[in-house]
Amino acid sequence: MALLQISEPGLSTAPHQHRLAIGIDLGTTNSLVATVRNGISAVLNDSEGRALLPSVVRYHADGGVQVGDAAQSAQSEDPVNTIVSVKRFMGRGLKDVADVMSLPYRFVDEPGMLKLRTVAGVKSPVEISAEILKSLRERAEQALGGELVGAVITVPAYFDDAQRQATKDAARLAGLNVLRLLNEPTAAAIAYGLDNAAEGIYAVYDLGGGTFDISILRLSRGVFEVLAANGDSALGGDDFDHRIYCWLLEKNGLSALGAQDTRLLLTRARAAKEELTDRSETRIAAVLGSGEVIDTVLTRQDFQEMTQNLVARTIQPLRRALRDAGLTVDEVKGVVMVGGATRMPQVQRAVADFFKQTPLTNLDPDKVVALGAAIQANVLAGNRGGDEWLLLDVCPLSLGIETMGGLTEKIIPRNSTIPTARAQDFTTFKDGQTAMSIHVVQGERELVSDCRSLARFELRGIPPMVAGAARIRVTYQIDADGLLSVSAREQTSGVESHIVVKPSYGLSDAEITQMLQDSTQYARDDMLARALREQQVEAGQLLEAVQSALDQDGADLLGEDERARIATVMHRVREAMQGSDHQAIKKAVTQLNEATVQFAQARMDRNVARALTGHRIADLDR
Amino acid sequence: MAITLTETAAQHVRNFLTKRGKGIGLRLGVRTSGCSGMAYKLEFADEATDSDVRFESGGITLLVDPQSLPYIDGMELDYTREGLNEGFKFNNPNVTNQCGCGESFSV
Repeated sequence: MALLQISEPGLSTAPHQHRLAIGIDLGTTNSLVATVRNGISAVLNDSEGRALLPSVVRYHADGGVQVGDAAQSAQSEDPVNTIVSVKRFMGRGLKDVADVMSLPYRFVDEPGMLKLRTVAGVKSPVEISAEILKSLRERAEQALGGELVGAVITVPAYFDDAQRQATKDAARLAGLNVLRLLNEPTAAAIAYGLDNAAEGIYAVYDLGGGTFDISILRLSRGVFEVLAANGDSALGGDDFDHRIYCWLLEKNGLSALGAQDTRLLLTRARAAKEELTDRSETRIAAVLGSGEVIDTVLTRQDFQEMTQNLVARTIQPLRRALRDAGLTVDEVKGVVMVGGATRMPQVQRAVADFFKQTPLTNLDPDKVVALGAAIQANVLAGNRGGDEWLLLDVCPLSLGIETMGGLTEKIIPRNSTIPTARAQDFTTFKDGQTAMSIHVVQGERELVSDCRSLARFELRGIPPMVAGAARIRVTYQIDADGLLSVSAREQTSGVESHIVVKPSYGLSDAEITQMLQDSTQYARDDMLARALREQQVEAGQLLEAVQSALDQDGADLLGEDERARIATVMHRVREAMQGSDHQAIKKAVTQLNEATVQFAQARMDRNVARALTGHRIADLDR
Repeated sequence: MAITLTETAAQHVRNFLTKRGKGIGLRLGVRTSGCSGMAYKLEFADEATDSDVRFESGGITLLVDPQSLPYIDGMELDYTREGLNEGFKFNNPNVTNQCGCGESFSV
């Protein structure tokens, strides 16, 4: 007979109507699935009792697919068809993957997302991730004995729209109904926040295999709000392994090893790192392909010294995140540790020193994200009554629009809580303009060329009006999953155009971090660049106006001398526009304005005279 | 007659109650629904009502509303593992018929 689980009071489900929901931590190295049963969030193990599913997929020539440990053990024997760390390729183009040359895969560069050529055909990162998700879905269905209502899947706080969309697509392909995508640090906070019922400001320090994320969250009366997020997308536990590996090479006078020996030593390095969590020294022994024997003792002291600067590199983003959130260290009530690498004593100590308190480590740092996702899934599936709570996240980079001269106007500033909607009014630039191109960009810089292009669309059918008369309201909306939709509406006529951002892939995590750093580093350059572009636009506008006035009335109202004089000044403006000195442009523009004052006066007189011709005073009086 | 928990079931319930952080015991009962007429109800109990019938088994308080009692009196609640799935099993002597999945029954 069926096995029953204990429900919350009054929430017993009708037979055959269990609302089974799961939380999935889709990780770069390992993935997990968890669910809430009998009121407790727990990770579901596979039939061998293993909680972690290595995020590795192997394709066979006959179309068969292996996922997890089986695939992982084939990694060195069949590297081309065994895909590891596919998460790094989600929503990415080939040019975004920095270390393409060092990877064994046969990449296919496609517009949008890269693909990988395997023995079973060309596979996209979405399809490969779907295999991992499918494996977790099957595990969950077996463990829960029924169909799943849906899943909450976690993504790094830094994931952009393209990467989030790709994750959703993978879930759909795996036959999962995505209840919501959830930021990993937020999931960790849920796991701790609800289980321990604590309120206040929390920092989530997530040092995974290959990435580091810090998030500042506020938990109050059941409301989770992400105040700021920062990190380093190229720093993780693997770097610590690598330090030991380099140390081994140096110590044993080795150079350039083959792939197999490298993998062997890295595995030994990782084991040594894990040993040093509980012990003060460990022995590293290995026999290389050449027959050479390595047998070395590594002390915790040495290990901590050689990795000191790696630990230090995690501290700078902590400062930045706190600054973004406008908080001081003293205001942080608790620190949540996520990721296996946070088990290292030196990491815990550095974090404790920075925050002046002992970080929370009572939940398994490998599982905490999945546990939180499961709790969220349980709520979204409707298995929890009464104390409803809301979840707020932030967008990691500002979202803006391109304005004249290639400048960025920010519409949703970074670290805005989502879901959110913001609107801004724009107008036309030229007389009789009937269409407007809307270019959605992401980033912190002043020039569009330094930001990331997300989408372009056109608003057509604007009624012809003089420049500046149209009122075009552009609305940016980010939904709870962090996906962006943009609409533009001309207010007087009601014509409207709308786009759900089809993510245009092309920006790596490293670049996002870089963009944030650049925005402060190049702040002055950007200010000058903006001033220059603004002057150029203004000068261009003036030149156009003068030219059209000359074409209309120049021959009648001006003598040849006068026309030549104006032409000279116009030429000077054009010359200044070529340069990069915005002051020079400004000066030339002023000169042109002065040179055309009389002409403008004369035109105005003539226009007034024309307007009055044929009218009686009485007509005008009314 | 009474309602009892097996040792394993009692252990799990104790564990769940501790982790949940509140609750005075378990509420058991039946509802008229499901493909064979009746369905079991298994919930955490946060409070007891005056009419509840109370049992103690393995140190756990079990609450049953009087209307439900005849259907489940004499029942033993067990906790078992079947493959990857695990959960509570109702060994109910009153059942004469149950649906294929065992989630609902008739007496």
